[in-house]
Amino acid sequence: MKEPVEKETQRKEMKRDVIILGLTLFITVILLSIFPDKQKAVTNTSLKFFIEMISILPAVLVLMGLFAVFMPKNMVVKYLGKAAGIKSVFLGILLGSLPTGPLYVAFPIASTLLKKGAKISCIIVFLSAWACIKIPQEMVELQFLGPKFMAARLILTIVFVIIMGVSIEQLIEWSCKKQVSGGEDDASF
Amino acid sequence: MNTTAILINVFAFGCLIFAFIKERTKTKQALTGALKSFFRIFPTVLIIIIFIGLLLGFVPQGQISKLIGEQAGFGGVLIVASLGAFLHIPSLISFPLAASLLKNGTSVTSVAVFITTLTMIGIVTLPLEIKELGKKIALLRNGISFVIAIIIGIIMGVIL
Repeated sequence: MKEPVEKETQRKEMKRDVIILGLTLFITVILLSIFPDKQKAVTNTSLKFFIEMISILPAVLVLMGLFAVFMPKNMVVKYLGKAAGIKSVFLGILLGSLPTGPLYVAFPIASTLLKKGAKISCIIVFLSAWACIKIPQEMVELQFLGPKFMAARLILTIVFVIIMGVSIEQLIEWSCKKQVSGGEDDASF
Repeated sequence: MNTTAILINVFAFGCLIFAFIKERTKTKQALTGALKSFFRIFPTVLIIIIFIGLLLGFVPQGQISKLIGEQAGFGGVLIVASLGAFLHIPSLISFPLAASLLKNGTSVTSVAVFITTLTMIGIVTLPLEIKELGKKIALLRNGISFVIAIIIGIIMGVIL
């Protein structure tokens, strides 16, 4: 249903990106003609980063494409909707790290999960994993920042995301209880 | 090509062949999707790469370090964290940018905080998140993510 709207925004974004690229190129050419001594350093650096990027970008995009096609979105809802206990939190991380796409694609999925009665900790962990523990993303991090940086950030993120999920769940349950006992009804949740 | 790049390519190629043997049409669909996203992301890749060239070429090392590096202290970390929260860059492209910042005197803490807030927090998409998940969950998630991004960064700065 949303397809045509999505295509339209994509086209708009593409147009915007090309315009910004044109501006960037224009500014760069002017800057480099004013400071010719910087030419070599700037082009060398850009070229080096370009080669590093282009040597993995097609592979990463192919993986993302495969995930997108072979991991249907309703699978996430199917598994997370009924998962319970600590297992649901780990499942949330796992299923969040597999699919691809920007974070706002995950919001409607999370919303469906919420309506289906999935645990809040599980939903938060799922969203956070979607945001920053995705496998193709970790590969690019590995390429540019090295194994130590990537592994340390990955482990720390998993740990803290679980802590965050559990605390948000506690906070929301606590505030709901307070509101129920106060006799108000909770419109925002 | 470095070892990491070779490994990633071999892995992707392996997955591709496996998928192709299993389901031909779906794999073709995946490849078309990949090609489309390549064209979609390519202009942004070029923008960031030119930006990195200019950044490393023109801004003196000490300057960046003073603003968001070792010398900047906690204020610097807060600047990077907010920058990451507000900017709306595709995460794939944020890594070369982060690497260039690291090379140019930014601290490990700042770089880790930047990547984490950039990926986890979206001020731009916050209205949508509130609409889908409600104010409480959306604000708590973004707020606490900001704090844990800083904690993760500080720990990384200590251990790396």
